[in-house]
Amino acid sequence: MSPATRIVELRKGVLRKNDELAAGLRRRFADAGVLVLNLVSSPGTGKTALLERTLRELREQGYSPAALVGDLETDNDARRLAASQAPVRQINTHGICHLEAEMIGRHLEGWNLAGFTHLFIENVGNLVCPSSYDLGEEIRAALLSVTEGEDKPLKYPSIYNSADVAVITKIDLAAACEFDDVLARRNLAAIRPEIPVFELSAKTGAGFSAWVEFLIAASKRTSA
Amino acid sequence: MHELSIVQSVVETVSEWLSTQPPVRVRVVNLRVGVLSGAAEEALRFGYEVATVRTPLEGSLLMVRTAPIVLYCPACDALIEIEGIRDFRCARCGAPTGDVRHGREIEIESVEIEEDSEPGHAHSGAPQGSPQEER
Repeated sequence: MSPATRIVELRKGVLRKNDELAAGLRRRFADAGVLVLNLVSSPGTGKTALLERTLRELREQGYSPAALVGDLETDNDARRLAASQAPVRQINTHGICHLEAEMIGRHLEGWNLAGFTHLFIENVGNLVCPSSYDLGEEIRAALLSVTEGEDKPLKYPSIYNSADVAVITKIDLAAACEFDDVLARRNLAAIRPEIPVFELSAKTGAGFSAWVEFLIAASKRTSA
Repeated sequence: MHELSIVQSVVETVSEWLSTQPPVRVRVVNLRVGVLSGAAEEALRFGYEVATVRTPLEGSLLMVRTAPIVLYCPACDALIEIEGIRDFRCARCGAPTGDVRHGREIEIESVEIEEDSEPGHAHSGAPQGSPQEER
C-alpha cells in the first residue's frame, strides 16, 4: 500500500522572527525619541568616512549621535569612529554577510537610548543580503560612490528600492571618474521613484550641510 | 550569500510545525520568493541540502516559486504587476511608483507530506530508510 501524500498550506514568512524583533526595536527607538538610520552599500563606498564626518558635525552642532558598526571581523571602524567622541560599538558578524535585528538588540545593552538624538547603524558592506533584514530603522540610506558607476542601482535593485534616501559619496572624485550625475539620478529614480538624493564628499565636506540639515530635521520629527 | 540563513529559518519553521503534528514525512517544501528578496534559487536549493542534514527534513525537496513585483499605482488606484525588477512604473498608465506591495517576501507556502498508512512500513523509493517516529 502506497503512503498517502497531501499538501498542507503553511503560509509562514521565513523572516518573520527578524521582522518581529525589528518591530520591537522600532517601538523602543520611537519611545526613546532617537532617529535610527541603517546605512547600506557595497564595501568601500565610504560608509565609515561618511559617519566619521557626520558624527563630528552633529556633535559640533550640539546633537548626541551614536553608532553601531557591523563588519565580519576587526574593530577598525569602531576605533576610527571613536575619535569623534560619540558612543560607538562594533558588531562582528563572524562571516554573516548582513546585520540582523537580534544583533542590534544585543549590542544596545547598557546604552541609554533616550540620551541619543541619532543612532547610525553601519551595515556590513554588501548590496544584496542587508535588503531583506529590517533592523527597526526609521531611515534606510543606500550609498553609491562615484567610483562605482552610475548603473549600480540597476544592478542591485533590491537594496536601492528598499532605501528611503540615497547618498552619492566621494563627489570630489566625480570629474576624475567621469561620473554622470544625471544618469545616476535617473537610474535611482527608475528603481525608487522620488527618492531624495544627497551628493557629498566626506573628505572635502562638499554637500554635507544639506545632509546634516536633513538629519537634524528628521531627528526633530522623531523626538517630537 | 544570506540564502543559508534563509533556508535555516525554513528548516526551523517547518520543524517547529512538524513537532505539533502526528508523525509524517515531509517530501517537498514549497517556497515563494519575491524577485526583490535578493535570494537566488540555486543558492537556496544548495543551502537547503546542507541545512536539512540530520534534521526531520533531510532528504526532502525545496521547490522555489518566484513571485513578481506588485506595485500600487495611486493614479489608477490599482495593484499592478510589473515585469522584471528595473522599472518601477505602472504597467497601465506609466506613472512611476515606488509603492511595492509584493515582491520582497520569502514565504513557506505549503509542504507536501506523506503519512504512514501502515506504521513502520518501509516506503520504496523513500529518501530515508527510517520512518519519522524513530528519529
